[in-house]
Amino acid sequence: MAERPTIAADVTKPLLSIEGLRTVFRSSNGDVAAVDGVDLSIARGKTLGIVGESGCGKSVLSLSVMRLVPPPGRIATGRIVFDGNDLLGMPAAQMRAIRGRRIGMIFQEPMTSLNPVYTAGDQIVEAMRAHDPSASAAALRKRAVAALDRVRIPAPDRRFGEYPHQMSGGMRQRVMIAMALACEPDLIIADEPTTALDVTVQAQILDLLRALQRESGMAIVLITHDLGVVAEMADEIAVMYAGKVVERAPTPAIFDDPQHPYTLGLLGSIPRIETQTDRLLAIEGTVPPPFDPPPGCRFNPRCVFADDGCTAEMPALRPLGLDHIVACRRAPVEAT
Amino acid sequence: MTEPLLEVEGLTRHFAVKRGLVFSREAGVVRAVDGVSFRLERGETLALVGESGCGKSTTARLVLRLIEPTAGTVWFEGKDITAMTGEPLRALRKRLQIVFQDPFASLNPRMTVAEILEEPLIVHGIGDARSRRDRVAALLEQVGLAGYHAQRYPHEFSGGQRQRIGIARALAVEPSLIVCDEPVSALDVSVQAQVINLLKDLQRALGLSYLFIAHDLAVVKHMADRVAVMYLGQIVEIGPAAALFANPRHPYTRTLLAAIPRPDPHRTHVQAGATGDAPSPMNPPAGCRFHTRCPLAIDRCRTEMPVLTALGGGQSAACHRSAELPPLDADTAIGSAPAAERRLALYAARRAEALAGGGAR
Repeated sequence: MAERPTIAADVTKPLLSIEGLRTVFRSSNGDVAAVDGVDLSIARGKTLGIVGESGCGKSVLSLSVMRLVPPPGRIATGRIVFDGNDLLGMPAAQMRAIRGRRIGMIFQEPMTSLNPVYTAGDQIVEAMRAHDPSASAAALRKRAVAALDRVRIPAPDRRFGEYPHQMSGGMRQRVMIAMALACEPDLIIADEPTTALDVTVQAQILDLLRALQRESGMAIVLITHDLGVVAEMADEIAVMYAGKVVERAPTPAIFDDPQHPYTLGLLGSIPRIETQTDRLLAIEGTVPPPFDPPPGCRFNPRCVFADDGCTAEMPALRPLGLDHIVACRRAPVEAT
Repeated sequence: MTEPLLEVEGLTRHFAVKRGLVFSREAGVVRAVDGVSFRLERGETLALVGESGCGKSTTARLVLRLIEPTAGTVWFEGKDITAMTGEPLRALRKRLQIVFQDPFASLNPRMTVAEILEEPLIVHGIGDARSRRDRVAALLEQVGLAGYHAQRYPHEFSGGQRQRIGIARALAVEPSLIVCDEPVSALDVSVQAQVINLLKDLQRALGLSYLFIAHDLAVVKHMADRVAVMYLGQIVEIGPAAALFANPRHPYTRTLLAAIPRPDPHRTHVQAGATGDAPSPMNPPAGCRFHTRCPLAIDRCRTEMPVLTALGGGQSAACHRSAELPPLDADTAIGSAPAAERRLALYAARRAEALAGGGAR
């Protein structure tokens, strides 16, 4: 592998920090915010879980970090600092050198994210060549086979020459991970990496991600709707609702000391294998459309604790416990 | 004991795989469903679970007579329906309905909700225009939608609301059995919980039976009275839900259970039991079909196919080593922390109040 650019690795600073990020999409009703004022940070070697339902802005958030927001979307305000570099201020060429090289991405759907007319090996080689144009074809091939081997693909030499349709879903997702890891990034953004997979294969992929993180010390931003997956994987969790982070805490605190009514609703909604309940505590109603957010707290129309004050103003994130912040006027809910 | 609502015996469906464009020849056979037998009582929910390609959806379509079996028999309400044709088959369709997985693809975008719900009534010649209009209004209320929704089109609804429309459509002709083919797997968790609650309420109110197809075992545990676990076209374990989850007698069932990510950060992580992917149903392994992934496989498993054997308490498993399986470590629910318990109880109380007060649906 080519000489890695030497970085003054400051271990005390977060690897990635997002400040006041607002990503908007132009529409006939003016700008609609998909991500609306998000602050997040992640340290080296750690896993940050971002949890929320469809439409909460978690995928647009990850695309924003990669500067891949598709038009008519754009990043309106905010700062994204990766390893001391301001990603939003840098020229496109410099961003290209970071994207894929220092920050890798794993998408949900391995069937549509891989090109069906190229072999798995060619696609990994292509990603490597983009960041290392001078390497010889033989060297790249060797590295690509090693990358396939690293994600525990049996017979990597043979798989190198196979097309995506010849592989199972789990195998394709391993190829995606091999591609994302090929340049040994410091950060991986995994957007629902196991959602399309069967449960036994999901367990294998999660085991693999954990093992690779131990080996390489990469940080992972794991975007998912599955509280079970984040419970097993994440060090810290951010719960998003309608474009905003509504609660953020170390993983045990989200489950042992949930504060936001939306977090409570999510916890109540999941059927559990260990316990028997007759009815689930579903959250009634649906996520508000981003072009028509309710006044005040965005969750108030669905919230069983909401009062008049909740429609008056948008609650800000405030500390409530160690490293635990919540955007709710009524938290802790038992106090009222 | 009265006769079961549905009884399936030796149900088999093989699909021929053809190669070549002009002179196509049979290149092999996919044994999608291979000798499946089960019973479903009135008012009961039987879940068919398994990973993609295990044949659970094909089994459901065979039961519904949407595809024809290669072999086997299906009895429904005491009649052999396997070879039924013509008018009796049409009448049968009133009794057997289905709710599909994808609420976006299974509703006609050019029809209003009223038209969608009225269509099965017209097809089966039920009522006149006026009584059908009343029936549509009643159905909407039954699934938690409002009367004014009748004139809207599917694109105006969220995924959860569309699934409610799909359920109302299945209910329109008053069936006794509804096949639910992954009815909640396309929905967000909070909405998934709403639809699960709705399905349970409807079952209680109308005495429905469900053949519930799912891959999410936590959802199945919550919904089903009995569970059949399928692997490569065969049932490997079947039994009452409580017994099967407390003490699974087939290594594949244990693998599935162990693989579920638990929403409990204090639980020590268990490494995945089975490795690799399921083999192709076109070329299933000899002997026990699970032996290639089974951590307990012995020589006998590689040569001799195990048959479903009753183990007492209504539970059966197809495994040579079933008797040797140690009792499952009680999956100690470390339990929610007191703060979480307290707040969830408060949440439940508030929610009950809001629903009783006719609050937000």
